[in-house]
Amino acid sequence: MDLNTKTKITWCPGCPNFGILAAFKSSVSDLVKAREINLENLAIFSGIGCHGKITEYLNLNTFTSLHGRAIPLALGAKIANPKLKAIAFVGDGDVYAEGLDHLIHAAKKNSDMTIIVHNNQVFALTTGQFTPTSPKGLKSKSSPKGSIEEPLNPLTLILSAGASFVARSYALEIEKTKKIITAAIQHRGFSFVEIIQPCITFYDTREILKNKIKWLDEKYKTNDFYGAFNKISKSKEKMPLGIFYQVKKPIFEDEV
Amino acid sequence: MAEDNNITTILLGGEAGDGVKEAGISFSKLLLEVGQKLFISFEYPSLIRGGHNSCSLSFSNEKVFNNLNELDIVIAFNKETVELHKKELRKGGIIIIDSDKAATSNNNLALPMSAFTKKQNAHHLARTSVALGALVYYFSLPLNKLEKIFKESFKNKAKDNIVLARQGFEYAKKNNWPQLKIKIAKKGTARLIDGNQAFAEGLLSAGLENYIAYPMTPATSILHFLAEHKDKYKIKVIQPENEIAAAIMAIGASYAGKRSAVGTSGGGFALMQESFSLAGITEIPFVAVISQRPGPATGVPTGTGQADLAMLKNAGHGEFPLVVLAPGDAEESYEAGARALNLAWQFQVPVLVLLDKHLSESIASVDLKENKKIVRGKLANIKEKNYKRYSFFKDGISPMAFPGTRGLSVKSNSYEHDERGIVTENPTIVKKMFDKRFKKIPLIIREINNQSPLKVYGDKKATNAIIFWGSTKGAVLEAIKNIKQSIKAIQIISMEPFPDKKLASELKQIKKIIAVEGNAIGQLASLIREKTGIEIKNKILRYDSKPFNPADLAEKINKELKK
Repeated sequence: MDLNTKTKITWCPGCPNFGILAAFKSSVSDLVKAREINLENLAIFSGIGCHGKITEYLNLNTFTSLHGRAIPLALGAKIANPKLKAIAFVGDGDVYAEGLDHLIHAAKKNSDMTIIVHNNQVFALTTGQFTPTSPKGLKSKSSPKGSIEEPLNPLTLILSAGASFVARSYALEIEKTKKIITAAIQHRGFSFVEIIQPCITFYDTREILKNKIKWLDEKYKTNDFYGAFNKISKSKEKMPLGIFYQVKKPIFEDEV
Repeated sequence: MAEDNNITTILLGGEAGDGVKEAGISFSKLLLEVGQKLFISFEYPSLIRGGHNSCSLSFSNEKVFNNLNELDIVIAFNKETVELHKKELRKGGIIIIDSDKAATSNNNLALPMSAFTKKQNAHHLARTSVALGALVYYFSLPLNKLEKIFKESFKNKAKDNIVLARQGFEYAKKNNWPQLKIKIAKKGTARLIDGNQAFAEGLLSAGLENYIAYPMTPATSILHFLAEHKDKYKIKVIQPENEIAAAIMAIGASYAGKRSAVGTSGGGFALMQESFSLAGITEIPFVAVISQRPGPATGVPTGTGQADLAMLKNAGHGEFPLVVLAPGDAEESYEAGARALNLAWQFQVPVLVLLDKHLSESIASVDLKENKKIVRGKLANIKEKNYKRYSFFKDGISPMAFPGTRGLSVKSNSYEHDERGIVTENPTIVKKMFDKRFKKIPLIIREINNQSPLKVYGDKKATNAIIFWGSTKGAVLEAIKNIKQSIKAIQIISMEPFPDKKLASELKQIKKIIAVEGNAIGQLASLIREKTGIEIKNKILRYDSKPFNPADLAEKINKELKK
């Protein structure tokens, strides 16, 4: 199974996006081999930003959309053909700024799609400006004295909005990222995976994250809304990673 | 009554929440039953209760293109109606008023509508039935037919309406009200339909599968109609978070192979600009209907206007082929719905249809000529290896395939792309892809030219011409009955591509051209100058949020012709 296109990859050498691409392809190969999905039914959408190039590198049905608009595009395709497995790759600027309304409403609908957020806490393709997830004080080209805004906590937001699967991973941990992506694709309903990703050119967080990330232990229960909410609210010191929440809920496309 | 013109006009007026519209429609159904032809329009403010609502109902043995503003009868459910509309009353016209609401005067016929309703212990909305019963007497119509209409509309709640209509009828009879006789003919095959529903039925006739819209007056009733009947037509109807989502979802649905359309007004379409451009570069069939209301911004939400032509013909950033159609009445609205979907799929281009409040919400008795044509467009041979969504074909139209097709992958891209759909910045491919898209234009023009891009009425040999578009058609066709000089009336339907050669040839012998438009700058006149070089100096423009009134318009045209 060749999931690659002949397109030259233009991410910076060493960009954690390579890790996300590798994890995704590996997840898709496994799922196809296990006959859980058919390749022709995969429909991949992306927004605009460094993340958005991923669609160019995948020999699958893909649609490189506009900045912030991958989710409604995926939803439209899903309405048209509910057999499709819709997966939207989005960026933190892309989905938490330009397209936030779509993200919240797709979660509210529990639309059957998987959202994979490449969160590098910076606009990279436009050469480095702060985004909704940049930490307060981040010096960037559009915030030379440091960002004056507190960052958004997307996970509590998306959990409150009604997502039935909420997870977070780290781009440099490819095996674990692959497992989470696989679980998200297998999930029926709105599955949300945020992948924390250092931007090695404009905001290199590799050193900071080394001691900050902490995977959930095996005893963690994924069906407890308030437990999940607490876990992801208290992430100032450590950044918890793993599947925080997963439940079965009615799906928009089944009822519309 | 209406000696000089065989059209009779009744105005029903009351507060919002009085059931004025419903009453007007019930009486219209009765007139349709006895073979009359009708045009019904509604005026209402942007609120739910209180404020003045009115329904104007014009009917005749002949086709009625627009309401006349000289009223034969005013039915006043409140005092304000009399104050607001008495100047529009024709000489010898009558006012029928709820006797609870005002003292009677000479040309008033008082009718105890509220008193009968109270006595009957009926819902206040049933009050209008008293007036309708009296009207049935006045026009010597069969009361049982009105009762049948009540039964069909209100089902088992119709009892009060029937009783009250009988009381109104008896009251008029007992008090020796004047009586007229309408020529009763057999009911034809015509039915009552407004521009929006006609448009929706046009879409359905061409195989609509998804309708996606965020509510915005005056396009909302398309959403209502399709949502109500979605199971019957086996379509999906979605109300998303905003107009941006609506347009993008429609593109997503078309990408996955389903015929989709969106609807909004000018403000909503302003939000759809980037999506529209996305449809342009991805060559994904896209249909949007924009029912205009006066802007800028929120403007006059329940008024009518024709001020979005300039925005639509230049819609979306960048350059790409697009189609803009502007129907002028319910029949053309139906045709435009069907054509929009077919053109979009035939040529893989975005198609816009411009309606306006006066067209969207006015009801006419029409015989729609059923569309049976569904153009699926050029489809890929699915056995083909190495499928390329944007392959270079001689006619610029690449065969479509959709996700879910075994053995191939469909790649679309908002970036400029190569045949496969992969991003490119190679100038040769960038230009070639532009040229490919623009190759479709001559084909679109050929197709549009077979679908009356313009229509000519009046005296085809006249040396004076009026040019108009959209719902102004109705007022113009009524007005030209009262133009002293011979005149040619030209309606433009296809705004993009523009029928420049056809129009230039129609205008060859014309000495004086007058543009009639519902906007402040003469947007069609500007477009004509851009496309043909012909400058139109005489313009009759209305931009006070109301539709043209045929009598006023005739007077203004006569004045322009005298200049």
